[in-house]
Amino acid sequence: MKKIEAIIKPFKLDDVKEALNKIGIKGMTVSEVKGYGRQKGHKEIYRGAEYEVDFIPKTKIEIIIDAGQVDQVVETIREAANTDKIGDGKIFVLPIEEVVRVRTGEKGRDAI
Amino acid sequence: MNTGDTAFMLVATAMVMLMTPGLALFYGGMVRAKNVLATLMQSFLCLGIVSILWVAFGYSMAFGPDVGGFVGDLTWAGLKGVGTEVGPYSDTIPHLLFAAFQMMFAVITPALITGAFAERIKFTAYLAFTVLWTTLVYFPVCHWVWGGGWIGGHGGLDFAGGTVIHINSGAAALVAAIMIGKRKGWGREPFHPHNLGMTLLGAGILWFGWFGFNAGSALSAGKIATVAFFATQVASGAAALSWIAMEWLTQGKPTTLGAASGAIAGLVAITPGSGFVGPNSAIIIGLVAGALCYFAVLSKSKLGYDDALDVVGVHGVGGLWGALATGLFASTAVNPGGADGLFFGNPALLGIQAMDAFSTIIYSIVVTFVILKVIDVVIGLRVSRDEEIQGLDLTQHSETGYSL
Repeated sequence: MKKIEAIIKPFKLDDVKEALNKIGIKGMTVSEVKGYGRQKGHKEIYRGAEYEVDFIPKTKIEIIIDAGQVDQVVETIREAANTDKIGDGKIFVLPIEEVVRVRTGEKGRDAI
Repeated sequence: MNTGDTAFMLVATAMVMLMTPGLALFYGGMVRAKNVLATLMQSFLCLGIVSILWVAFGYSMAFGPDVGGFVGDLTWAGLKGVGTEVGPYSDTIPHLLFAAFQMMFAVITPALITGAFAERIKFTAYLAFTVLWTTLVYFPVCHWVWGGGWIGGHGGLDFAGGTVIHINSGAAALVAAIMIGKRKGWGREPFHPHNLGMTLLGAGILWFGWFGFNAGSALSAGKIATVAFFATQVASGAAALSWIAMEWLTQGKPTTLGAASGAIAGLVAITPGSGFVGPNSAIIIGLVAGALCYFAVLSKSKLGYDDALDVVGVHGVGGLWGALATGLFASTAVNPGGADGLFFGNPALLGIQAMDAFSTIIYSIVVTFVILKVIDVVIGLRVSRDEEIQGLDLTQHSETGYSL
């Protein structure tokens, strides 16, 4: 089992969700996060005082999948989240030791 | 008694009351989320503190029988003898209504100063400051201008309180900002306004209430109230435009906060002249106010004091411009009961206006300094470093503005 963590542009969330739905991914966890990478922050001005804002709002998606689906899922997210501009985000793939469904106690793949 | 005037003044009084909660929102949106309630509170509570002072001795000190042109005596303490008969300040409305109208002006003036020490003052120090400053600075200066004191006596014009309220609070704010010191992290950390929508709503409420403030200062529902009403609208609109035009030219973008700040700067600047100038003069006064106050606010960081919400730049500088502009643009063609300014053939008025303004500035600076010094020694002005980091809402009031 693997976990896919994708940091994407917030307005791309619906596109990514629908693309993943089409390939049979039926659940995900989403959080609003902030960060920066190569995309520079922006400038804000309040009564003449200029502030550099380094941390830009992004959306983080977390999905747990079977190891065999990794390539397809990663490619699907990459295509759906792509705008060809700096700041489109990153996708991380992590190993998962165990998954337990709270309601039934099922474990492993059955719990995904 | 004239029921038309009385009805008008009852409404105008309620409108001026609404300005203080409006100011609370205007200021509250500009601070960080951890200080929103404390900032709202510092304006809102003036409605309580100053109302009580006003009845106890404030009205008498401001408007009671004159002592040497400086202050009223205590004959009317507890509003003794202030009843529903007309006079002495108006022939058409009850004396008690005049006292109520003026009470609302006294309420908002110390609330204006709270923008200077926002985000770092102890609540107890704020309470002490509000009581002492209103008593020792506001009541006497109010008496000078409107209560039979020396400024009103030698022909200075202040229709709705540019000197009494704005120059006075702006000068006090300068002293307060310097004496309490900069907010922790000033110049290094960003101080983002946490809710500019709140600030814009507050500015809108202030603008609305200001019609009561300026038009109501005619004390009568008639020609002069109409002049003041009109001047108020166009000066404020013009100043909102000129502030954002300056921003656009110098920094590339017009901002929402700039539009709100410009509108308030225009309202401040038109206040002393509102009943004495025509609509075209009001537009010029507003246009200058927006640009001037914008640059005044910008210069704050160069001068190195942390006037957190720009009371000096908006109320001090805007008020000073308004007092001088009254000396330029006042016209007896608009208001036969006023005087002509420099542009209408009477250069003397400008000198009188300048002298009144500077006298008020000096008095306010000196007495505010003494008051703050005493409070600092007795209870301390400022919260501890840890309390400032945690925020005033939690440490002063055991509340938080938002739980999301």
